[in-house]
Amino acid sequence: MPDLLSVKNLKIEATSYPPGEPPRTVTLVEGVSFDVEKGKVLGLIGESGAGKSTIGLTALAYGRGGVRITGGEVLLNGQDLLKLGPNGIRKVRGAKVCYVAQSAAAAFNPAHRLGEQVIEASLKHGIMSRADAEKRALYLFKVLGLPNPETFGQRYPHQVSGGQLQRAMTAMALCPNPELIVFDEPTTALDVTTQIDVLAAIKHAIEETNTAALYITHDLAVVAQITDDILVLRHGKMVEYGSVKQIIEAPTQDYTRALVNVRGTKREEAPDQSDTLLKVENITAGYSNGFKVLQNVSLHLPKGQTLAVVGESGSGKSTLARVITGLLPPQEGTISFDGKPLPKALKGRSNDELRRVQMIYQMADTAMNPRQTVRDIVGRPLTFYYGLRGAKKTERVKELLEQIEMGGRFADRYPAELSGGQKQRVAIARALAAKPELILCDEPTSALDPLVAEGILKLLLKLQDETHVSYMFITHDIAIVRAIADSVAVMHRGKLVRFGPKSKVLSPPFDDYTDLLLKSVPEMEIGWLEKVLTTRRMESAGN
Amino acid sequence: MTGRGPAHGPELTATTTAGEAPQSVGVAGSVASTGAPFNEGSPSFWAKLSKSSPLAALILQRLALSVALLFAVSLMIFGGVEALPGDFATTYLGQSATPQAIENIRKDLGLDQPATTRYFKWLGGAVQGDFGNSWASKNSVSEQIGKRLGNSLFLAFFAAIISVPLAVGLGMLAVQYRNRLPDKIINVISLAAISLPEFFVGYLLILFFAVQMGVATFPATVYESMTIGQRLSAIALPTATLVLVVLAHMMRMTRAAILNVMSSAYVETAELKGLGSLRVIAKHAAPNALAPVINVIALNLAYLVVGVVVVEVVFVYPGMGQYMVDAVTVRDMPVVQACGLIFAAFYIFLNMFADILAIIANPRLRHPR
Repeated sequence: MPDLLSVKNLKIEATSYPPGEPPRTVTLVEGVSFDVEKGKVLGLIGESGAGKSTIGLTALAYGRGGVRITGGEVLLNGQDLLKLGPNGIRKVRGAKVCYVAQSAAAAFNPAHRLGEQVIEASLKHGIMSRADAEKRALYLFKVLGLPNPETFGQRYPHQVSGGQLQRAMTAMALCPNPELIVFDEPTTALDVTTQIDVLAAIKHAIEETNTAALYITHDLAVVAQITDDILVLRHGKMVEYGSVKQIIEAPTQDYTRALVNVRGTKREEAPDQSDTLLKVENITAGYSNGFKVLQNVSLHLPKGQTLAVVGESGSGKSTLARVITGLLPPQEGTISFDGKPLPKALKGRSNDELRRVQMIYQMADTAMNPRQTVRDIVGRPLTFYYGLRGAKKTERVKELLEQIEMGGRFADRYPAELSGGQKQRVAIARALAAKPELILCDEPTSALDPLVAEGILKLLLKLQDETHVSYMFITHDIAIVRAIADSVAVMHRGKLVRFGPKSKVLSPPFDDYTDLLLKSVPEMEIGWLEKVLTTRRMESAGN
Repeated sequence: MTGRGPAHGPELTATTTAGEAPQSVGVAGSVASTGAPFNEGSPSFWAKLSKSSPLAALILQRLALSVALLFAVSLMIFGGVEALPGDFATTYLGQSATPQAIENIRKDLGLDQPATTRYFKWLGGAVQGDFGNSWASKNSVSEQIGKRLGNSLFLAFFAAIISVPLAVGLGMLAVQYRNRLPDKIINVISLAAISLPEFFVGYLLILFFAVQMGVATFPATVYESMTIGQRLSAIALPTATLVLVVLAHMMRMTRAAILNVMSSAYVETAELKGLGSLRVIAKHAAPNALAPVINVIALNLAYLVVGVVVVEVVFVYPGMGQYMVDAVTVRDMPVVQACGLIFAAFYIFLNMFADILAIIANPRLRHPR
């Protein structure tokens, strides 16, 4: 069978403008070749900066920002897309090749109804009449399992949930009957419980319509469920290219092996969990409009241990952290720290009480002042809490940077000159500088690539061994919970569903929500998705 | 720019209200928070309304704010006129001013009464459309203003229906050809037009079209006996001047607002659907750039009514601006107050309409979840 899409020896460049230097050309992608057969799915996998999205968009001959495709061929049915003029390529985009963006919430136009946007390309390319397009959109809404498919198209993007938008985006891509769809991390921004539904819907829709696809993700476990072949990329170059089975079960390259075994960290839970550091009792908290984000939450955290708080977005995890820090005083309930009650509001707390609880955020980028050097960022709490200045401060900053495995040479850099993982390490150093007893970690690894995230987790565990600091680790990732927690709190819609030592919380008998949560985490195993879906069907049939 | 200095006085206050508008427009929750003091205890009418129909609540809020603002402005106008140096009686009597004559005139005009009494009397009349009698001509101010305002609105209307579509269209065109030659030409010409004072533009137009080529009418004075055709021919030059003055501001804002939206993900989605670039701009970018553009258009419309004093003087056009300037020179306070209040009302209500339109343009408020 001839290949539908055949990419040969692709080279992609961009011009970068470093401040104070002449512009220079950077090669983003080099020597990448792959083929996609009709009706097959190829997974593009790699960490951020590997060039996955850039390569995916070449199937539409599109360069984002100043990106230029400077070499190679992109053959669709034997025709080189790069040689088509602007009008020629416009006839391919949205007709033969469609694109599903990572964030459907941003990719839908807020000013138009969903239905109009879904059928727009089909109408503009003259592929079908309005009546046919509407009929097809309705069919796709049904196939993708959207609620009230008849009226779904009447709604505006802000009126539906993120998972539904992602499915609507898939419907939009499928509507004009394209030959190829480029999925650019379509489930990365979703909760695991939603991700599994969207994955199943996408897989079903691809099979139903026999469309070929490029599936871009950084999650090997996801790609294993949905693709036929996998291309592993790193720094814009091919690392390994083969069938799913070969890549997952017998990777030949070190980098691929590292990706496959990324969730290798495992810590046994502490046997003695009686020495309580933080105790939260009957906390109810919310905002002035009367909406209660947390309802009657009670939990506790032993000294020198890790409590993982897990749940999907909107479950109140981050709000719990805000309540503990005093940023959001609770309406009811008490917080005690090391046996003493902690004032509810930030203002009422002494300097020392503030020092003992520190925080690490999900986005290290936005949590640091871009105009301060690492020395200033890490040095600030040293001056604030300990009055350190001059040589003593410099010495301590260096010590802290060594503790986070970066070294003193980073002290004079600005945040913009650090990678994502390095920024998070600096944020950790800033928290450590106060010598806290508790660090609240709000999804510190969820914006990072798996291998980098793994490094951060290892660092956190090492620091815990050295300093006996306690962590409250907020996450939506069960794998991280398994890896680092001593005790676990499962939250759902502002309520505590389950709380206790890890071994108890993560073993049956489960409540319904924890069961769903645990079963939704993709496993690095071919056929896992089908297995889960079959079990679900049998369960619902049994009921 | 000296020519525009005094004319732009009121725009300062208007700019701040317009600047705050997009913030409150974007945040649906602002209704809930401003409504909060009212709904302590049992849910009030306001709380219910802001929940069931945030759009209606927001619009009602804007209306109430505008009325309150207008009252505040009336107080400031009255206070400002009170504080003005000089006195009608002295100016009117000139050399024949004796203390007794001044006293008599003051009594005639009711100036011996306390300021608060006069304010409420004036305000009470103004609410009913009666601004009293002119001190200088003894005629009804409302009647005189009626004609003048009609003339000003006539001029403003034609300037607006030419400049607004032209500005939005040129703005879109500039986006379509951004950083290429057409964009640069549009930018340079509009910048030149905005940089020249309007009296200079006016005299240039008179020089070329009225004096040298003889195709246009000057002066632009209109009379009641003129036919509509004669009137249009009379206002051609002042309209052209006004269009040139307000065009650049609106055009540049349209360009900036649309360009700002062009980098968003949904515009990329539209491009990846293979849509033509004009359709991407008009259908996908422009609706999301409406709010700031509407605000700038409203500001410029207000300027067309209120800020045209210089243009009216240059073209000898009998509009509101000239009337007010004449009144100030003779200290004819009822006329000054009436003009000031009407100008303020135009600014406030045009900005209110801009706010309301921007609110309506927001699908999140139009279609709550």
